[in-house]
Amino acid sequence: MTGTTTATTERLTLAKALNHGMRRALENDPKVLLMGEDIGQLGGVFRVTDGLQKDFGPDRVVDTPLAESGIVGTAVGLAMRGYRPVCEIQFDGFVFPAFDQITTQLAKVHYRSRGRISLPVVIRIPYGGGIGAVEHHSESPEVLFAHTAGLRVVSPATPSDAFTMIQEAIASPDPVIFLEPKGRYWDKGDVDTSLTTGGGLDGARVAREGTDVTVVAYGPTVATALRAAEAAAAEGTSIEVVDLRSISPMDTATVAASVRRTGRCVVVHEAPVSYGSGAELAARITEECFYHLEAPVLRVGGFHTPYPVARLEHDYLPSLDRVLDAVDRALAH
Amino acid sequence: MNEPDLVQLLSPTGHRADPDAHPDLEARVAHLDAAALRELYRDMVLVRRFDTESTSLQRQGELGLFPQALGQEAAQVGSGRAMARQDYVFPSYREHGVAHVRGVDMVDVLRQFRGIDHGGWDPAEHNFHLYTLVIGSHTLHATGYAMGVQRDGLVGTGDPERDTAVVAYFGDGATAQGDTNEAFVFAAVNNAPLVLFCQNNQWAISEPTTKQSRVPIVERGRGFGVPSVRVDGNDVLACYAVTAEALERARTGGGPTFIEAYTYRMGAHTTSDDPTRYRSAAEEEEWRRRDPIDRLRLHLEQLGALDGEFLAEVEAQGEALGERLRREVRAMAAPSSGSMFEHVYATPHAGVEAERAWFAEYEALFVEEGTR
Repeated sequence: MTGTTTATTERLTLAKALNHGMRRALENDPKVLLMGEDIGQLGGVFRVTDGLQKDFGPDRVVDTPLAESGIVGTAVGLAMRGYRPVCEIQFDGFVFPAFDQITTQLAKVHYRSRGRISLPVVIRIPYGGGIGAVEHHSESPEVLFAHTAGLRVVSPATPSDAFTMIQEAIASPDPVIFLEPKGRYWDKGDVDTSLTTGGGLDGARVAREGTDVTVVAYGPTVATALRAAEAAAAEGTSIEVVDLRSISPMDTATVAASVRRTGRCVVVHEAPVSYGSGAELAARITEECFYHLEAPVLRVGGFHTPYPVARLEHDYLPSLDRVLDAVDRALAH
Repeated sequence: MNEPDLVQLLSPTGHRADPDAHPDLEARVAHLDAAALRELYRDMVLVRRFDTESTSLQRQGELGLFPQALGQEAAQVGSGRAMARQDYVFPSYREHGVAHVRGVDMVDVLRQFRGIDHGGWDPAEHNFHLYTLVIGSHTLHATGYAMGVQRDGLVGTGDPERDTAVVAYFGDGATAQGDTNEAFVFAAVNNAPLVLFCQNNQWAISEPTTKQSRVPIVERGRGFGVPSVRVDGNDVLACYAVTAEALERARTGGGPTFIEAYTYRMGAHTTSDDPTRYRSAAEEEEWRRRDPIDRLRLHLEQLGALDGEFLAEVEAQGEALGERLRREVRAMAAPSSGSMFEHVYATPHAGVEAERAWFAEYEALFVEEGTR
């Protein structure tokens, strides 16, 4: 299903694509509300909600008290009353005061009520590093949510996906943790602004075809993987890049199909590799493609340290060189 | 601690208060004639019967756990009966008395404690949400729900059939939780049509109220800008009156109210608890003398409104309830093992579906081999 208006392609930043997607959702459904700290008059600290309060009013684009648990907890109540709240958590590291509401309530009310109550709540979280920020402003908490049944956890990597995925997340009857790669907010791309849906919330996509190694990424690391593929191509190595798009559910089938062709798999994310989504993917690929694998599934990501100081983050983050190093190690088998 | 006054309309000996002491509140209960008071009495007796019967069922191994409402019947029935049909309730997990007055089948309340359901009833059918076990979490849901009611335009319409209020029940322990405090903040700044109804039953498992607050709990409301009142929670009339007043404030656009119903958890925290480890028999005896049901019974006797026929009828109703609880709870079978995969998501999730399919195959294996 796509929108009915004439297709129009605009070149937008990822932040603006999200803004347009939310504007569309606000226009199409009077039950959609945006809630968060500084999202109204200011337009959000990243300006993702810029101009929306002016056009939709303070009852639909709500500047909330500075209390994350309160934001999510009241969003749960609003959803019980038939609204579709979209909550903005200002930064990844500030989601934890709401962690209880998200994991014990938001994720479980549908199950607890045996399907009688759906909670169509979206929690938008700018996440990831590379912006030279102070502590708590660069983290990647996706697996903490992916580990919780009842939540969908997604992350767009492109403006085009950002535009449709935010609309699909708002339309979803399930709660969605919507992770926005803040380091990519200002990356530009073509967006067909006539669309209300795109690739769905569940499926991965092949972002670049290749034959030698499958590199799986999502959110901020997709662009890194694509640059790595470009660099590797110059040296004669063909990398296939899969953009996972969704961490829960995880589209293992698309990745497995790729790995059956390439025989090698490297997974890249900013979150620490220990107990991470890459470990989950590695386990699944090993189970599903064991006889196609020429090398162990390798993981590239953050270390088992707290997110380091800004001056060290480029050593912590999965850089192009570390992706290529892992590709080389996979090929050495 | 300097204890603030309790609003009381009915003394522990069943005597009505000086009518000039709280004229506004007296007006809220003026329509409650002897027949209406008898219905409140019937409610409280039935709720207590439910309590006793459920505790027995737990002791017999039919329930895994049960939290008694014993002693809190007046706070729950009084406040519950003050509500209108369209009002919406967010209970904690001890509000069996409110469940009863909202029309929930009391058998359904026991599904959770039988271990066959995490909920047990359809909240929309009774405007009575499911029990929430994480202390204080639901106070925010109630606040958000009330913000939704505001957006629906159902506050201050002047139509008593449409104007809607939301009531959140919680305990003295919950007043220490961050979520409860955030609920006060959000309700206050949004002027939400909400009644924050705290049953201060003196004990959060083993911790007395002094471990939760340095000031009388009712005083906390003022800091949030929420009108607050402390009521004798064992006085069903006073609980009815203050709740009716708070509901009207909420429905007419006056915003939230905080009620501290000062009462006592006469039983254990749950059937797993042993109160003799932390409180004295003398204290329990002191509160037994303030029993909320005795109080109303004494008053009805003074009115000459308790005839043998009515008492026999209530007794028979209690017997019937007890018999039905025993029969239906024992008949509650465990759900099928595959049902654990149902309703995790509203739309299919590949991870759950894969595990559901695997588990079905795994179980089928045992059936084929005849090992099950």
